[in-house]
Amino acid sequence: MVASALFFVFAGLAIACAISLVYHKNPLYSAISLVGVFIALSCIYVTLAAPFIAAVQILIYAGAIMVLVVFVIMLLNLDDDKPLNRLQYLYAVGAGLGLILLAQTFFIFYAVSKKPNQYIETDETVGKTLNIGTAMYTEYLLPVEIVGILLLMAIIGGVILARRLEPPKLELVVNNELERRNESEIEDEYRIRL
Amino acid sequence: MEAIVKTIFPVAVISVGIFLAFQGVLMIVAYTVLAERKVLGWIQGRIGPNRVGWWGVLQPFADLFKFIFKEDIVPDKSTKFVYYLAPIVALTCALLPIVVYPFGPAITTVDWSFLPYGLGDNIQRLPMTIAQIDVGVLFVLGITSVGVYGIALAGWSSNNKYSLMGGLRSSAQLISYELAMGASVIGVVMLAGTLDLNGIIFAQMNSPFRWFIIPQFIGFVVFLIAAFAETNRVPFDLPEAETELVAGFHTEYSALKFALFFMAEYVNMFTVSVMVTVLFLGGWYFPGLSYIFEFGSIPYAIASHILFIAKICVFLFIYIWIRGTLPRFRFDQLMNFGWKFLLPLALANVIFTILIVYFLNR
Repeated sequence: MVASALFFVFAGLAIACAISLVYHKNPLYSAISLVGVFIALSCIYVTLAAPFIAAVQILIYAGAIMVLVVFVIMLLNLDDDKPLNRLQYLYAVGAGLGLILLAQTFFIFYAVSKKPNQYIETDETVGKTLNIGTAMYTEYLLPVEIVGILLLMAIIGGVILARRLEPPKLELVVNNELERRNESEIEDEYRIRL
Repeated sequence: MEAIVKTIFPVAVISVGIFLAFQGVLMIVAYTVLAERKVLGWIQGRIGPNRVGWWGVLQPFADLFKFIFKEDIVPDKSTKFVYYLAPIVALTCALLPIVVYPFGPAITTVDWSFLPYGLGDNIQRLPMTIAQIDVGVLFVLGITSVGVYGIALAGWSSNNKYSLMGGLRSSAQLISYELAMGASVIGVVMLAGTLDLNGIIFAQMNSPFRWFIIPQFIGFVVFLIAAFAETNRVPFDLPEAETELVAGFHTEYSALKFALFFMAEYVNMFTVSVMVTVLFLGGWYFPGLSYIFEFGSIPYAIASHILFIAKICVFLFIYIWIRGTLPRFRFDQLMNFGWKFLLPLALANVIFTILIVYFLNR
């Protein structure tokens, strides 16, 4: 009873934040709304007895990734979003995809309500950290490794994209010049000593 | 009647616990401010505040009343909603970790069976924590990293270039030092085998090292430095560097809204001290204390609680001491130090800990 009430509170919060994310013209307001969505989702995870996933959701998405997003928005000082007149057809595509999603949701509701009172045997300890870790490094080791390699590729790609491709030539000239000066200075000293 | 008492009693116990915990932490925080002014005064050859009450004891309350009765100035062109939201976010995220602090061991020797309706059955196993969360370490790290939104949004919404610079610096600093901080905690978590804060203390009681500071000294140093950076304290106080940015992110804040930021900073200091104590110095556990008092009795709980607070106060003093001693980093030095020194050191510590755990469990 309490759990389902809490679910509706947090789900409503998540949906409200998601709507505000889409409808705000200012990118920073959208980013804050997305943080709200993440926090509401992590509250739902807590009510579903998955505290590890809830904590990771806050730590990684709300605490690290969105901080980066907010940082970039603040750094670039973005203006309000302008409506794209050139891409009007995207609204139609979006409406079509939204209708498909809505139909899917209603189909799931319909399928569930056809067979009520089906309780699945669940283990309360599934959401515990130890069990998640054990499952990740035994049963699901291969997917974990693949995701790790994927993330490594993304990091290397980011480094390559951010790297300066051509070494600046000016520096070389300056170095030569400096070397020449140093040599002449040494010669000068030599002369003086003589 | 029985049903009503049975529902209300746990709520009442938890409410009293929450009240005591928050009240105690806020009192300690208020007196940290006084201690900071006193100690800084001594370091600089002054006396410090000594006018309000005996030895300046009532100074925190005088400051509070001053903050409440000051005029509240809001910049005309600020983004109002975010401007009001930022200090609330900062203080809320600073206060939330109190929920998982392990204040002491469970008192098991008292017999609660005199309470009616079998209410005393579960009290004996109740530890002195408001919420027993399986992932306490991650909870604290996550909530404190959300707290940076308070500073970043304050900087953005004030419509002031100094504030904006402060907010930007704060978020860049947090992203850089959070990695080192997380990596230094991994060592402790590997040795303890749990993310629960009480579980980490019990793991230290059972480990051959007693306190994790002995096998994890590098992790301890990295955690302490990264935590200084996360709480924006000297020598990492670039978001509010007064010689460059007026007052940084809180330039445009006055009266009680400034007080919220101020309190958030000191509560964060307290949180960091609690985390260092729990992760590396055994929390409320002191080796050999169980020879003097019986484990689980009321004197043991009181003694361990006092020792816990004493350890926290040592770290709060180190905060103040360093503020009085060290100059501020330059921003490029800050970034180089975080990425090129602290993070590799923390990762090396992780590998070292893997070896320790491997040879201990062999």
